[in-house]
Amino acid sequence: MRIEKHPILDFENKTKIAFKYNGVDVYGFTGDTIASALHALGIRKLSSSIKKKRPRGFYCAIGNCASCNMIVNDVPNVRTCITELKENMIVLEQTNKGELL
Amino acid sequence: MKHYELVIIGGGPAGLSAAKLAAESGLSSVIIERDFKLGGQLVKQTHMFFGSEKQYAKTRGINIAKILIDDCLKFPDLIEIRKETMVVGIYADKVITVLKNDVYEKISFDALIIATGASEKFLAFENNDLPGIYGAGAVQTLMNVHGVLPGQNVVMVGSGNIGLIVSYQLLQAGVNVLKVLEAGPTIGGYKVHASKLKRLGVDILTSHSIKRANGTEKLESIIYSELDSNWEYIPGTEKEIEVDALCISVGLSPLATLLSMVGCDMKYVSKLGGLVPVINEHHETSIDYIYVAGDVCGVEEASSAIVEGYLTGLIVANKLGYKHPDFENKQMDFLNQLTNLRSGPFGKATRDGLRELRDQYAE
Repeated sequence: MRIEKHPILDFENKTKIAFKYNGVDVYGFTGDTIASALHALGIRKLSSSIKKKRPRGFYCAIGNCASCNMIVNDVPNVRTCITELKENMIVLEQTNKGELL
Repeated sequence: MKHYELVIIGGGPAGLSAAKLAAESGLSSVIIERDFKLGGQLVKQTHMFFGSEKQYAKTRGINIAKILIDDCLKFPDLIEIRKETMVVGIYADKVITVLKNDVYEKISFDALIIATGASEKFLAFENNDLPGIYGAGAVQTLMNVHGVLPGQNVVMVGSGNIGLIVSYQLLQAGVNVLKVLEAGPTIGGYKVHASKLKRLGVDILTSHSIKRANGTEKLESIIYSELDSNWEYIPGTEKEIEVDALCISVGLSPLATLLSMVGCDMKYVSKLGGLVPVINEHHETSIDYIYVAGDVCGVEEASSAIVEGYLTGLIVANKLGYKHPDFENKQMDFLNQLTNLRSGPFGKATRDGLRELRDQYAE
């Protein structure tokens, strides 16, 4: 869900950015972070807690709390709330601590 | 190893302002920012600021960010900007390690200003980790920076200024704000913000707080309850309300981990937001080449962070041998501005907190 009309801000004239989320072709817009693009698509769960595998979304949106960590282009623990969305990114939900490459 | 005269950690209001005054004094610096954009939390603040003209009162935060960034860009030879770069280590021999794109780099410096700001506090309740439960500031970023709605039906926990302002901005974006819950007996923030919400029909419930969140994969509803004068839940007063997002706005904590890491003297001052560095009136920590500015040394408004940044940039430049042509007047002006910003009933906590901190320094 994106803001259609706003009394102060103007969100028009954005360009689509295609990327993959869990193997599915989706898109966001210029200016998005990975987390904001996913949120706009209705995706709230970004990762799981390490032991109990409870669902995790973002919390702080300033790159501090690690709750939004995902696997991006094979790299785990990417803080998706401060990572700018780029064309053709491959984004996967993260369910563990991440594997060493 | 690359050497800089001044390294500034954090490209928010305090860091940008410090770089500007350092550059005006002739001192070169690098600003290191972990986000991919400068401006810190100003970039999401669509409301107009209070204070006086010198702190850009009546200007929206988003436009203040542009002014501060442009001010730095006027000194391309003196201010270098490194974005998407995180400081991961500070060492006693005036060296830091930064990380960018999986590459570590060591940088040496003559002086360091830490302006890392603050982060939103969390609140303990059952299922508080469900997706859909966000910091109020995080929701502000989602809406005002990215143009994405957090949900359709939202409850705000906390009625301080951030809680009230973000509630209003949720309404501006077309979201229903069902309740604002305030655990204390009175509304925490400015009356002017609370009145705007009340006029738009938003319920602000004092002596109420969230008890539990419900949902499996994401937030579906919350249970809230009335509190007695000891802030305990009153049995039988629980009510359930369907929401798809919940905002937590219960204060901020200084992001002071780098300061703890390098061994600066720290003190817990609850009125300043938590663990803060012990500093003197020059914003100098217990380590003589490390300075701080902004929320990292006590949570206040962005206006104070800007002035603290100016003051610290001015002082550090002078210490390194670059005296601003108008040093004495500028220093006096910045100190007076800070005194004014901290005057009045809403500045009392900061005044008391700083007194508590300075007493420690005197010892």
